Amino acid sequence: MSSKPLDYENLNKNVKECQYAVRGELYLRASELQKEGKKIIFTNVGNPHALGQKPLTFPRQVIALCQAPFLLDDPNVGLVFPADAIARAKHLLSMTSGGLGAYSDSRGIPGVRKEVAEFIERRDGYPSDPELIFLTDGASKGVMQILNAIIRGEGDGVLVPVPQYPLYSATISLLGGTLVPYYLEETANWGLDVNNLRQSVAQARYKGITVRAMVIINPGNPTGQCLSEANLKDVIKFCYQESLVLLGDEVYQQNIYQDERPFISARKVLMDMGPPINKELQLVSFHTVSKGYWGECGQRGGYFEMTNIPPKSVEEIYKVASIALSPNVPGQIFMGLMVNPPKPGDISYERYVRESKAVLESLRKRAHIMTDGFNSCRNVVCNFTEGAMYSFPQIRLPPKAIEAAKKAGKVPDVFYCLKLLEATGISTVPGSGFGQKEGVFHLRTTILPAEEDMPAIMASFKKFNDEFMEQYEDHKGYSRM
Amino acid sequence: MRRFVADKTRNLVRRASTCSPTCPVSPRPHHPPSLLSQPTSPPFSSSSPSHPSSITSPLRFLTAAALHPLSFPASPNSMASNYSTTPVTLQSVNPKVLKCEYAVRGEIVTLAQKLEQDLKQNPDSHPFDEVLALCDHPAILDRSETQGLFSADAIERAFQILDQIPGRATGAYSHSQGIKGLRETIAAGIAERDGFPADPNDIFLTDGASPAVHMMMQLLIRSEKDGILCPIPQYPLYSASIALHGGTLVPYYLDEATGWGLEISELKKQLETAKSNGVCVRALVVINPGNPTGQVLAEDNQCEIVEFCKNEGLVLLADEVYQENIYVPDKQFHSFKKVSRSMGYGEKNISLVSFQSVSKGYYGECGKRGGYMEVTGFSPEIREQIYKVASVNLCSNISGQILASLVMNPPKVGDESYESYTGEKDGILSSLAKRAKTLEDALNSLEGVTCNRAEGAMYLFPRIDLPHKAIKAAEAAKTAPDAFYARRLLDATGVVVVPGSGFGQVPGTWHFRCTILPQEDKIPAIVSRLTEFHKKFMDEFRD
Repeated sequence: MSSKPLDYENLNKNVKECQYAVRGELYLRASELQKEGKKIIFTNVGNPHALGQKPLTFPRQVIALCQAPFLLDDPNVGLVFPADAIARAKHLLSMTSGGLGAYSDSRGIPGVRKEVAEFIERRDGYPSDPELIFLTDGASKGVMQILNAIIRGEGDGVLVPVPQYPLYSATISLLGGTLVPYYLEETANWGLDVNNLRQSVAQARYKGITVRAMVIINPGNPTGQCLSEANLKDVIKFCYQESLVLLGDEVYQQNIYQDERPFISARKVLMDMGPPINKELQLVSFHTVSKGYWGECGQRGGYFEMTNIPPKSVEEIYKVASIALSPNVPGQIFMGLMVNPPKPGDISYERYVRESKAVLESLRKRAHIMTDGFNSCRNVVCNFTEGAMYSFPQIRLPPKAIEAAKKAGKVPDVFYCLKLLEATGISTVPGSGFGQKEGVFHLRTTILPAEEDMPAIMASFKKFNDEFMEQYEDHKGYSRM
Repeated sequence: MRRFVADKTRNLVRRASTCSPTCPVSPRPHHPPSLLSQPTSPPFSSSSPSHPSSITSPLRFLTAAALHPLSFPASPNSMASNYSTTPVTLQSVNPKVLKCEYAVRGEIVTLAQKLEQDLKQNPDSHPFDEVLALCDHPAILDRSETQGLFSADAIERAFQILDQIPGRATGAYSHSQGIKGLRETIAAGIAERDGFPADPNDIFLTDGASPAVHMMMQLLIRSEKDGILCPIPQYPLYSASIALHGGTLVPYYLDEATGWGLEISELKKQLETAKSNGVCVRALVVINPGNPTGQVLAEDNQCEIVEFCKNEGLVLLADEVYQENIYVPDKQFHSFKKVSRSMGYGEKNISLVSFQSVSKGYYGECGKRGGYMEVTGFSPEIREQIYKVASVNLCSNISGQILASLVMNPPKVGDESYESYTGEKDGILSSLAKRAKTLEDALNSLEGVTCNRAEGAMYLFPRIDLPHKAIKAAEAAKTAPDAFYARRLLDATGVVVVPGSGFGQVPGTWHFRCTILPQEDKIPAIVSRLTEFHKKFMDEFRD
């Protein structure tokens, strides 16, 4: 049989080269084991509802009414749904162009985008333009669209933090661009040092790469650190000086577990810095309904907001968005609800606040439990999860373990994580999936398993880890006298 | 609402057409325009200064636009200088983005989409709403009051679906191919439709069919030397996607004289031409039923196509999103999967990707973004790669996934909902058939207009023989003649159509695409407005 287009050797090289470890080797192995009947704890992806977090009540009430608008005319609807949910459903439906089943504007329903703009203005204190806000099927799609506009070829580089969320590396790879890494400083709580940035850019340029954009993930994934205002100012100045567009991945802005560094948006800092930079620095900010305390990952709701992007470029980005006709409408509804939740006085307000607080307080607690749990293990050092949903402990693998990994044909942290999986059922993502300094190993887990399950999970991990270290450590001072 | 929409459109169109294009002072190399270009168009015209030279000689002759190099609408100098040093400007944005065009978009045509909402405005045409609402808010399933609001089998169906979702968590990311249980349902539905088995592992649920098409283009296109055979006229997702991925569109013409027939000799000819130009042709796109042309392929035609792909080693990309929209008794939908299997061709013989969507049919749930591709005839290594690419976006939206499973597994004989469901479905389809016929007849009665019947899909694609005076007037207005006609039509009647150049057509011919979706009771008024406008137009421009 002659060589066919979709034979492996003829596939688009960019596809073959891109990697996305979050659903890669470990996840696939975990799924296999699950099929064989082993109990698996999936901590590989920030997917709260899959680990038992319940959806908030109010948005589910509203969306159900929007899905089946005949209910709104039913005299008995008040027996099952509160009045403010009914009113909100009517309001949202009136903003659509024919209900949830109709394609919307390719940028998203104008009324929802307006509500997003109002949310941003309340949050930051600066007006936001709905025309520059595009709703997308999850924030990931928005990131892909923007990177697609920026990357022309492999001569174009994008600054990406290491460790990073591999959506960035995978997308840059798929688009045929070049990832320019800048290292976060683990010993300084995953801090961002502008000198590291300068160095990375210089190295890239020396290799003939045109650096076009810089990604910041704030709060960080997998690292969880929250950037300080000073840090953000430095980053913005840097991008301005080097003529980079700043891409602000802020999907975890509602997941903050310490009080020293509350979330502050890149846009607010930019606006605070006044002219000329506030009118010139190009910025795209991303948000989602998948994280925070909503965790509605499956709905695929997100947006990006453009700042200081010229109108003609906005048009081109709109054009590409329109090929997909429209983002899914239910996801847009979720976004509209998230940016405009029940207010004091609303029937659903108290319940909404109660449910939200419970989730956030529990996440904060779990962040501590996990960090402390990891730090109590042999050869494991873990920075505190300041924000987001993950823990990223460093595993100091002894040389013998690294050798054993090589023999098994595995990257050392993959080797460790596979053993962890087989011994305990805990499915993590090896640090190599996110990038790390040479010779330094990590794994990423989420802080999402239920609070009551945490002690058992951490105990199980500790048992495995300490036995693993026992097995592979060099025992100096062992005398055979 | 229509008046408002029409006025808004008029303003946009007026604004766009008063932008006078200016050519830059420095000489620019003449580059062959893209297949679907128009000399000027509202905001989305593009000219890429550093357009990569592509092997486009077959494209050069396709539209009269070849006579006019593309140019920008004028931009005030001050605007350009403010942004000239920033990273993302029109000069430095990815040229593939500039190059790609999508005529079905833009403000004017977005408004056209709004008219397509007419399908959704029928308050009785919502067979799946109850189930979706319950799946979105499972907390009420156990309450007795719920039974007063929802039908018993919707509740039961919701339970069935939720039981297939781990933890009943419809807010969780699912498996990157989509929820296993739903894929099993879809596979069973495919098997029932075709009489041949389908494997849930071959199914990838996506946010509408379009992302699945993009995924395949990504896999297949390595460089501009890779070509994809596409029908002309075509739905411009294909041309846009090919451009975005840096490949080459290899056109094959459907034959208007034979009801938009697909001739294998034409396929062979275009394939040879492409090869002789150094293009490596990787796949064949077939849209069945066709968009914008509406033809339904005859089974033996389909056999020839399968044979052709098999012999030439091409991947067959079968866009079958209109499979439930068939309006003529003498034609039937046969999936390419069924046809291939009936010919005795299995996994090892033919690489086939079939696309389906919840946006069309009689369900028309465009906004939910539900769809899937069934991928057969590929090695496990390739499947892994497809899976990998799908996983970068984690998963498609759950509501759309559920809908796809409902569409492929509707109520059956004996189910409580069966009668009302069948009633709704038959009502919608027979209404569409009626509307198709009424509009087709109306168009054929117009001077200089011929319209093939809409055998399927949702569109009519009449051809207009525009008089020379009209063509000259269009040239003077720096618009393509069919766009000129469409604009005049809009101004006079508020009816929005898409000019044929957006879909591709034989050079020197003009068409426009209109949908058959306006409500039945509105159609007489539309027909009379259209007829009156056309008569006046011809009176003005008759040679």
